Amino acid sequence: MSRLTTTLALLALTLPAAADTTAIVGGKVHTVSPMGTIENGTVLIVDGRIAAVGENVNVPAGAKTIDATGKTVTPGLFSPFGQLGLVEVPLSGSPNDYAQRGTQFTAGFDVADAYNPRSTLIPVNRIEGVTRAVVAPTPGYPDESGSGHILAGLAAIVNLGNGDVLDQRGAAMVVALGEFGSALSGGTRTAAWLTLRNALDEALDYREHKGDFERGMRREYVHSVNDLEALQGVINGNTPMIVSIDRASDIGVLIDFVDEYSVTAIIIGGSEAWMLADELAATGIAVIVGPTANLPGSFDDINARFGSATILVDAGVKVAIADGDAQTHNARNMTQSAGIAVSHGLDWDAALRAITLTPAEIFGVAATTGSIETGKAADVVIWPGDPLELTNYPEAVFINGDAVPMVSRQTLLRDRYLQADKPPAYRK
Amino acid sequence: MNKLIAAFAACAVLTAGCTQDEGSDGPAAYESRYEALPAQTTLITGATVLTGTGDRLDNADVLLVGGKIAEVGTGLSADGADMVDAAGKWVTPGIIDVHSHLGVYPSPGTQSHSDGNEATAPVTAEVWAEHSVWPHDPGFTTALAGGVTAMQILPGSANLVGGRGVTLKNVPGRNVMDMKFPGAPYGMKMACGENPKRVYGGRSQAPSTRMGNVAGYRSAWIDASEYRDKIKAAEKGQGEMPKRDLKLETLMGVLEGEILIHNHCYRGDEMSVMLEIGREFGYKVGTFHHAVEAYKIADLLAEADTCAAIWADWWGFKMEAYDGIRENAAILDRAGACTVMHSDSGIGIQRLTQETAKVMGAAARVGIDIPPERAILWNTRNAAKSLGILEQTGTLEAGKMADVVIWDGSPFSVYTKAERVYIDGALAYELGNDAVNPVTDFTLGTAAAAGGAK
Repeated sequence: MSRLTTTLALLALTLPAAADTTAIVGGKVHTVSPMGTIENGTVLIVDGRIAAVGENVNVPAGAKTIDATGKTVTPGLFSPFGQLGLVEVPLSGSPNDYAQRGTQFTAGFDVADAYNPRSTLIPVNRIEGVTRAVVAPTPGYPDESGSGHILAGLAAIVNLGNGDVLDQRGAAMVVALGEFGSALSGGTRTAAWLTLRNALDEALDYREHKGDFERGMRREYVHSVNDLEALQGVINGNTPMIVSIDRASDIGVLIDFVDEYSVTAIIIGGSEAWMLADELAATGIAVIVGPTANLPGSFDDINARFGSATILVDAGVKVAIADGDAQTHNARNMTQSAGIAVSHGLDWDAALRAITLTPAEIFGVAATTGSIETGKAADVVIWPGDPLELTNYPEAVFINGDAVPMVSRQTLLRDRYLQADKPPAYRK
Repeated sequence: MNKLIAAFAACAVLTAGCTQDEGSDGPAAYESRYEALPAQTTLITGATVLTGTGDRLDNADVLLVGGKIAEVGTGLSADGADMVDAAGKWVTPGIIDVHSHLGVYPSPGTQSHSDGNEATAPVTAEVWAEHSVWPHDPGFTTALAGGVTAMQILPGSANLVGGRGVTLKNVPGRNVMDMKFPGAPYGMKMACGENPKRVYGGRSQAPSTRMGNVAGYRSAWIDASEYRDKIKAAEKGQGEMPKRDLKLETLMGVLEGEILIHNHCYRGDEMSVMLEIGREFGYKVGTFHHAVEAYKIADLLAEADTCAAIWADWWGFKMEAYDGIRENAAILDRAGACTVMHSDSGIGIQRLTQETAKVMGAAARVGIDIPPERAILWNTRNAAKSLGILEQTGTLEAGKMADVVIWDGSPFSVYTKAERVYIDGALAYELGNDAVNPVTDFTLGTAAAAGGAK
C-alpha cells in the first residue's frame, strides 16, 4: 500500500497529466462488461482512455506500470443523484445552489452554471472512488407566499477530475411528485399531476407553434420561454425526468403518464416501486434505490422494505444505488449501500453494476463511461480488496486517466491531529 | 456507580421516583415496569466471541442461565439447554445506542408525531423524553434486527437544556414504563452551538450567539445550585423546603451526580468551554454527542473521563460539522478517551457496527490498528458506561444481563446480519422467524411486518 501510494505520488509530481500510457497490471479486474471479471488482468490507459483490458495485454515500452497484484480494480463509481459542487454546509446558510426560492424559474433552472469543481466536497468523495456524478437541483421549499414548483430544473453530469469537468448539461429534468410534489402544488397529488401535464402540454404546443408564438400569434404560456425550451428534451424523449416518488399508486400513474407522453423517467426513492417491479420493467422506467430505506417515513413509504433492489433487478428493472440525502457529502458511502443491498439478496455483480455502469446507462452516457472497456474514459479505482466491504478504501483513483491526488481537507486535518509532538493548534 | 444508583433509588433528591405512596409494594410512579420475557437456558457453541472487555475468544461457547450470562469459555456444557451451533458465527454483547429519537420522532414522521423538541424556551429541564415515547414506532423493531438491545431516547437539540433522556430495553411495550431499563440513571440533554442559537435567535430572543448559549447554561446552574442549597438546608432544619420545581429538580440531579449529562456539541473549542462550566458548578460532563471535532481535544476528554459519542463519517451538513473526519473515533481511542458510536437515526441505529468498521479501515490506513475485540467496545461497553448501566450490561461478563447478539459473520462486515438477539436471556429476535419477531401496531398489515427484514 505505502509503496503504491509513493509511486503514485511521484507520478503525480513528475509527469504531465494524461498524455501518457499507464498500465495497471496483475489485479483482479471487475470490468462490469461482457468480459466479466479477469483474475489477473491488465488495464492499459492511453491518453485518458482505456486502450485495452484483458489477461494478455501488451504493455508498450515506456508505459508507467502499476503493480496491482492482490488488488481489486473496478470502474469509477457513478453517483446517480446528489448536490456535489452545489453546496458546502447546507444547514448553515452558506452556498446552496441547488434549490431556489419561489417559482421564478422552473424547468429552465440549470445547475450547471453553479457547479463548483473546487468544492471541498469533491476531493473527499473522489479519493474514495467517486469519479462521475449527476448533480441535480431539488425543488425549493415554498416561499413566503406559499409558492413552489414541482419542476426543479436541469441536472448535469460532471466528472470529479481536474480537467474539463462538465460532461453534460441538461442531463435530466428533476420533478417532485408524491407527498412533496403535493405540498408544492397546493396540497394535492392531483394538482401536482396537472402541473406536470400543463408544463408538458405547453412545451408540446410551443414546439408545434414556435413561429406563431414568436410572432405573437399564439396564446401566452404559463411557463417562460426558457422553461419551455428546457422541456423540449423531455418531450422529445432525449432528456429523462428524475421523478421523486414513492407510493405505489403514484408510481402506477407515472407508468401511464410515461406511456401517454412518450417520455423517459427515472424514479428516485421509490420505496414501494418493488410492488410494481414487472410494470416498471415493461415500461423501461429505471429506479435509483436507497437500500437502507426500510422505515415508513411517511404514508407514501408504508411498504418500504429491505431487498427492494433485489426484487427490481430480478424483474429486469435498471437499478442504480444511492442513499438519499447522504449522496452529497457522503456520496462515497455508495459502496456501503451497495453492500447492504447484497446482504439483502442482490447479486454482488449486480450491486457493483448499480454504482457504476447502470447509472451511466440510465443517464445515457454509458458509451463513454461506467465500465472498464476499450475506448471508454479511464475512470479506474484500485482497491485493497472487495470494494463494497467497509474496511476497504481506494489506494488509487484515476479520472480520465489521471491519478488524482489522494488528499482532501479531511486527510489534511487527520494528518495534522495525528501528530503527537506539539500542541495541535500550532501544527501545520 | 453502584453507589450512585443506590442513592438514586433511595430518593436522595426529590425526583419523581420519590412519589411512591407510603406502604405500597409496586414501583413508584413512572418507574420501570419492565418484565423480562421468559428466558431459556441457552448454550451457544463454537463461535468467535467478542466479550466486550477487550478479548476475542475463537471457537468459544457462551452460556446463558436465568437471564444472565453464566459463563464464557470453551468446552462448556449445560443440561437441558437450548443448543445453538454458532460455528462460523460471531457473538457480541447487545448493541447499545446512546443517542436515539425513536418513539419521540417516530415513523411515520407526520407533523403530529414531532414530539422530540419542546422548543418553547431555551431551558426545559422539566420535560422528560419518556413522556413523548410512542412505543409503536416501527423503528424499535428494525433496530432490534440490527442487534440493538438497549438505547437512550433523548430530547432534541433545539434547547440549551432539552430535558431528561430515558434508557430503554429494546422490547415491545404498551407504554414507556414497560420498556424502561431497570435501575438506569436518567440522562439530561444539553445542546451547544448552532441549534439553540438558531432556534431562539431566529425569534429575536436569547440565545442568539454562542456566548448567549453559555450565559444561558450558567444562569440555569446558578438557579439549580441555589435550589439544591435550600433543600439541603431545609433537610437540616434550616429554612423552609422550597416549592417543588421540576426544572430545577432535574438540574439538581446533575449537580448531585445522579443524572448524567448528554451534551450535543460539535466543536472542540465549545466542548472545552462546556468542561469549564462543569468545573464552575462542580458537575461532570458525562458524554459529548456528535463531537465531530473530539479528535482535536482527545487528551482533554481522556483526562476528564468524558465520553464522546460520534458518527463514523457524518460531516459538513452545517458549519460546526465541517471538520469531521473518519478517523475521529480512532484518534480518541488511541488517546484513551471513552469512544462510543451513536446513531441519532432510525436508519443508522440498524447498523452501528458498520459505522465502527468504516473507522477501523480508515484507521488502518494511518497505522492505527483497531482489532475487532477492541472495536466492539465502541458499540457495547463504552456505550453502557456512557449510560451508567455498565454494571448490568455491555459486556459478556458472568452475572450480567444476558443481552447477546449472534451474527452470521463478523459484525464489521457489510454483508453481516444479526441472526439472533437475546435480551435478558430471552430470544427477542431471530432472522426470518416471524413467530419470534415483534411487530408494532403501526406495522400490522404492511410489507414490513417482519421488522422490515422480510
